[in-house]
Amino acid sequence: MKKHALLFSLITLLFLSQGSHSFCGFYVAKADSKLFNQSSRVVMTRDGDRTVLTMSNDFKGDVRDFAVVIPVPTFLEREQIHITNNALLDHLDSYSAPRLVEYFDEDPCMLRIMKRGMVATAPMEDTEIQRQAEALGVTIEASYTVGEYDILILSAKQSNGLITWLKQNGYRIPEGAEPVVNSYLKQDMRFFVAKVNLEEQAKLGFSNLRPIQVAFESPKFMLPIRLGMINAEGPQELFIYTLTRKGRVETTNYRTVKIPTGMELPEFIKNNFGNFYQDMFNTQVEKENRRAVFLEYAWDMNWCDPCAADPLSDQELKELGVFWIPDPMLPNDPPTTRKIMPQPKEVFITRLHVRYDQQHFPEDLFFQETGDRQNFQARYVIRHPWKGETNCPAAEEYQEKILPRRQQEEIKTLATLTGWDIHSIRKKIPGIKPVEEVPWWKKLWDD
Amino acid sequence: MVIDPRYYQIGILGLLLIYGLLVLDLEIQPEQVLWILITAQLTQFGFTRWLQLPKFDPRSALISSLSLCLLLRTDSLLLASLAAFVAIGSKFLIRWNNKHVFNPTNFALVILILCFDSAWVSSGQWGRDLLLVLLVACLGMIVISRSRRSDITLAFLGFYTVLIFGRGMWLGDPLTIPLHQLQNGALLIFAFFMISDPVTTPNSRTGRILFAAVVSSVAGFIQFSLYEPNGVLYALTVSCLLTPFIDHFLPGEKFAWEKPNAGNPLPDRQGECYEKTRATV
Repeated sequence: MKKHALLFSLITLLFLSQGSHSFCGFYVAKADSKLFNQSSRVVMTRDGDRTVLTMSNDFKGDVRDFAVVIPVPTFLEREQIHITNNALLDHLDSYSAPRLVEYFDEDPCMLRIMKRGMVATAPMEDTEIQRQAEALGVTIEASYTVGEYDILILSAKQSNGLITWLKQNGYRIPEGAEPVVNSYLKQDMRFFVAKVNLEEQAKLGFSNLRPIQVAFESPKFMLPIRLGMINAEGPQELFIYTLTRKGRVETTNYRTVKIPTGMELPEFIKNNFGNFYQDMFNTQVEKENRRAVFLEYAWDMNWCDPCAADPLSDQELKELGVFWIPDPMLPNDPPTTRKIMPQPKEVFITRLHVRYDQQHFPEDLFFQETGDRQNFQARYVIRHPWKGETNCPAAEEYQEKILPRRQQEEIKTLATLTGWDIHSIRKKIPGIKPVEEVPWWKKLWDD
Repeated sequence: MVIDPRYYQIGILGLLLIYGLLVLDLEIQPEQVLWILITAQLTQFGFTRWLQLPKFDPRSALISSLSLCLLLRTDSLLLASLAAFVAIGSKFLIRWNNKHVFNPTNFALVILILCFDSAWVSSGQWGRDLLLVLLVACLGMIVISRSRRSDITLAFLGFYTVLIFGRGMWLGDPLTIPLHQLQNGALLIFAFFMISDPVTTPNSRTGRILFAAVVSSVAGFIQFSLYEPNGVLYALTVSCLLTPFIDHFLPGEKFAWEKPNAGNPLPDRQGECYEKTRATV
């Protein structure tokens, strides 16, 4: 009896895995964050008040010009700052990216048979910097060199003193920053400023700037975006990946909208998936009057279906600050109780994509973690028609009616989603048959 | 003939629910709406029988449950039902001086959020679509003026606006920020449909204005010092505990939805707080 039970569960497992595979289609392509120019990526790992922020942007100029000024809610010790690698963020980005899947139509003749069968800066001396800062009412609370970055934690009495000091020390602060800096100072925020230490960078041998990580404890679940919007040329692109314990994350002061998903698209999108996704995103942004944050992925980190990339390993999650999973380097179980099945990690990823500017996003982004653990992914489908030989009445119906109708629907969907001209889309699909509209009365009587 | 203002309220909440479902895609499951509505009515019916009240009145329970449908988010039908039960049950069980202490919807939301991870309120999901704001405000105003308790809504909105703009000015923020914080559909639903509940607010006008000041201050503190979203919801629950004291020191005429029969006074233990004195509507 036990044997049967085991056999049954194995068969079920097999069927389930086959079923889910064909259900979600075969992965073809993804639309990752690199498609969008001037984008920043932030990973927010949070449980309770404990937060780890990982920040990266696609800075392409001379590293000597690179500087970041980030408001942070608390003072940061040296050990609360860490530099990680871009590959980690690339992996997280690929794992959660919008994806294209494909299906292949089966032989329409075989389908019919089956249906019948089953109904179913210039360096300065430290003391001099300190003295200069004090004169301006700026306190350098700490100064660290971490990886290739020189980092300072600053607090100030007045924003003008801080801004003067930053300018004197080679930070390019845009005009109009003063009231924003002042507002953050009054909200008890400190400023985390970082520049590239060229010597350290040369020693380490990294050509690209690596993401900076900070770990802190604060009830503020937010991202300060206001400083970055001053004098920004046009809207900016931000990808936020949150790793939480309970469930999906959403913004509390802006609408979080699910990006349209599950649509069937024409075959040629296989080679144009990036363009498709960019234009669809643009259309959705406009549709929501440029005031929404878009949800692109919400998933339990244990799995994916279909996978645009493998889920992150425990080691990678730990690096991103997921402190609540057991240390992957330590054996957490004695050998006698070795677990065969992988254990749930209690890590839920949310990928949010926002295009923001000062006019439509006047306030910083505030978030909350919800209890929603429903999986969501931006997934699009192409169906390849059956191209083999056919010789049955069902095939005729498939070729003359079912397929052209489906293709016309796919064209309409694509035009609606992207705003592309419907005639130009049609031109890209050679050999598409027009759907013959049969007047309703033709089907009325037999004669 | 004056129509009971609760019909307006039911109609408007119903319209908002449909708007939320069809236009805003608020992710409210139709079956969740059904479970909440049915549980609320069953609870109301059960308590009516248990307490041997003369008449089963579905209206207030319907208003509470429609508000719950609009604001509560959960993946669990069981929790949705529990919320409806807590809301209506609290009317009958947590009482002081023949009035229920807490606003039923507000109490249920706070209890559910605090006790269960899988229940939350998505205040940002209403967005700041100006058209919707105007719609909500105007429609809500009709309800308020009909139920003659518009003073508390206006007082709350006044105090909260002063607080938000005051904070913005102190921080030196551009006006767009406080304006953005105020143009929030959820806040207006709260102001026009929740805090305005005539039964759980103080009886005197001075008391109500004092109450509105307390709610907005506590809400501001929770929102901006504790950084908790849904500050207004917690603030109302906490402030409701003060209502008996406010009523004691600033007495006023109790509110009643309906005029009782002169020769047949209604018992005190009612969910809707009928009053033996003159009806105000």
